[in-house]
Amino acid sequence: MKKFNTLAISDPEGLVFGRSTYPVTTRRGLVIGDGNVYPELNFTLPEIEISETTLPTIVTMYQSIVDEACKRACELQCPGLVIEFETLIEMTLNPHFALRITETINSVLDKYHENHGLKSALRLTPNDTRDKKRPPSMRSGPLLENMLKTFSLCANAGAELLSIESTGGKEIHDDALISCDIAKALFALGIMGVRDMSFLWERIIPIAEDVGTVAAGDTACGFGNTAMVLAERKFIPRVFAAVIRAMTIPRSLVAYEMGAVGPGKDCGYENPFIKAITGYPMAMEGKSAACAHTSPLGNIAAATCDLWSNESVQNIKLLGGMAPTVSLEQLAYDCRLMNTATKKKQMVTLRNLMVESDTYHDPQALILSPENVILISDTILNRTNHYTMTKYAAIKALEIIEKAHNDGLCVIPENEVSWISMLGDLLSSLPDQTETFIEQTIPLLDAKKFRPEDYELRLKNQATAV
Amino acid sequence: MNEKVEQITLCIKRGKINKASLFPPDMKEQDGADELVKRAIDNGVKPSDILDACMKGMQEIGTLFSQNKVFVPDLLMSAKAMSAAMEHLKPYFQSGEVKRKGTFIIGTVTGDLHDIGKNLVSMVVEGSGWEIVDLGVDVSPEKFLEALQQHPESAVGLSALLTTTMPAMAQTVKAIKGQNPAVKVLVGGAPISQEFAEKTRADCYCPDPQSAADYLAGIAA
Repeated sequence: MKKFNTLAISDPEGLVFGRSTYPVTTRRGLVIGDGNVYPELNFTLPEIEISETTLPTIVTMYQSIVDEACKRACELQCPGLVIEFETLIEMTLNPHFALRITETINSVLDKYHENHGLKSALRLTPNDTRDKKRPPSMRSGPLLENMLKTFSLCANAGAELLSIESTGGKEIHDDALISCDIAKALFALGIMGVRDMSFLWERIIPIAEDVGTVAAGDTACGFGNTAMVLAERKFIPRVFAAVIRAMTIPRSLVAYEMGAVGPGKDCGYENPFIKAITGYPMAMEGKSAACAHTSPLGNIAAATCDLWSNESVQNIKLLGGMAPTVSLEQLAYDCRLMNTATKKKQMVTLRNLMVESDTYHDPQALILSPENVILISDTILNRTNHYTMTKYAAIKALEIIEKAHNDGLCVIPENEVSWISMLGDLLSSLPDQTETFIEQTIPLLDAKKFRPEDYELRLKNQATAV
Repeated sequence: MNEKVEQITLCIKRGKINKASLFPPDMKEQDGADELVKRAIDNGVKPSDILDACMKGMQEIGTLFSQNKVFVPDLLMSAKAMSAAMEHLKPYFQSGEVKRKGTFIIGTVTGDLHDIGKNLVSMVVEGSGWEIVDLGVDVSPEKFLEALQQHPESAVGLSALLTTTMPAMAQTVKAIKGQNPAVKVLVGGAPISQEFAEKTRADCYCPDPQSAADYLAGIAA
């Protein structure tokens, strides 16, 4: 396991879009993180059943979507793009569905590369189907086997960037979110999440190595973005969602400790921290992902991206064309602006405008400002294990939020202010020893919701960890 | 007597479960719903009046939630206080002296594993006086029909978060309505719309948990 001891990017000035310490080069000539930002397009199907019968129609839809997107990219003189194929449940349960679609997308990308010189890469993100069974079986069984088979088959068929939104710990985290239980969230992310990430990426990395593809990284979408969406709906405080985001960083970092090299997947809003720590390029999504979901991070998310994504859009007809094509155009123009700023050596100016336009509108944006990214990332690297990394990332995020609130800078809704000190007190009361934390938290968890053995935990007299 | 009943309402609204519970901080060491309901029963307060007081508390917190003045954790604490109160009313439910408003069967449709939205709806509807039968996630039409056989007078709630599971939702509504035309079916979830609900012949589109509770209150009245 790789250990990151010092920040790859320690100066906030160096944390900027398009530039990473260790760019990733792909088969069709795309170099990610070497100066240019490229669009990453994702899309989903409209209302359609996914089955053997409908597969030919679905394959044709994917072919058409990617073909139209590449055509538009060429028309706009976009120098390159990434297409993300995020499988739907049935496609991971039946890996040959995913294989057919991967082959199709890959052949379209090959065609445009050969005929028009369009640089490209295909990212494959099998959805984590292990929680189809409740409690999920995280470490064995046909669901896991098919998920890994999907990786393997599709990587061999041309999927070049391998990613996943893994769900280890979500069994506990979902309830922790709606009850704003910071200790349980910490357990889900800092104990269960990191252990599952080790298990999973220990299996994904060799698949990438065998085929010669890129292990691109994981995202805590099911944790941090669920919190963000719940906060947007006013279900939970934004302050809590911001703290959760900080707590997802050590969990997502595990993929890179295991050998992933980026570009990290778009919906990981923890990616700026991962970029500062690892130096690997990252995909991000923001204002141009409003087609998929709202967020308070529309501009600031772009500040440190190397790929700029729309997250997902349904394949429906708009006046300007099919929605994915329209989305690609929006992304292409965003990237063109960023790349022009880079050429003119104005990238820090543009980045600062992106940052300042969002920073103080929401605590979730606040922690993403480059200065705060460095502060939180540094706090994480000063800890020796994932539990304390997670705990102190949360404490540092709260300190930043509290200071900005006290200084009258950050907008914190009145009914959220008390949460800052309440969460701080709760976090400070938790032990620094991993085993002590496990022992005191396990009895509080709903034992019916998860399989302790999948996380190297044991319910001995309700309270012993292995 | 009214004062005691009002205190029960307050405890439910504020999420004060019992004397030992630390939440809410400003009610620390005060009696909670648990103690107050027990005492009210011992003092001869009609169980139906106690139930009304509890539901009033849930309704008030539900209204505050709809107005974005409180968060789900507050709602959850109220639901826990309500559960503590209901424990004392169990014998009266069993004897038929007090009745719930009805039974609400809920689940996320086939192919969909998301359950936060479903759980929120369950919590709010339960708090408004309904018994919940939660079928979980990835629930087939057949499972909904089986549950309806066991609870034939129920209303049914269907949840979906993915566009690709909308057809499964439509099939589930069709299956339920095909065998049980009188059963009220409520649908909700990120990709669901009023138009979709009408197309599938569902009875109600619920954009949020409170709208489900409001619709059910209407059909129970």
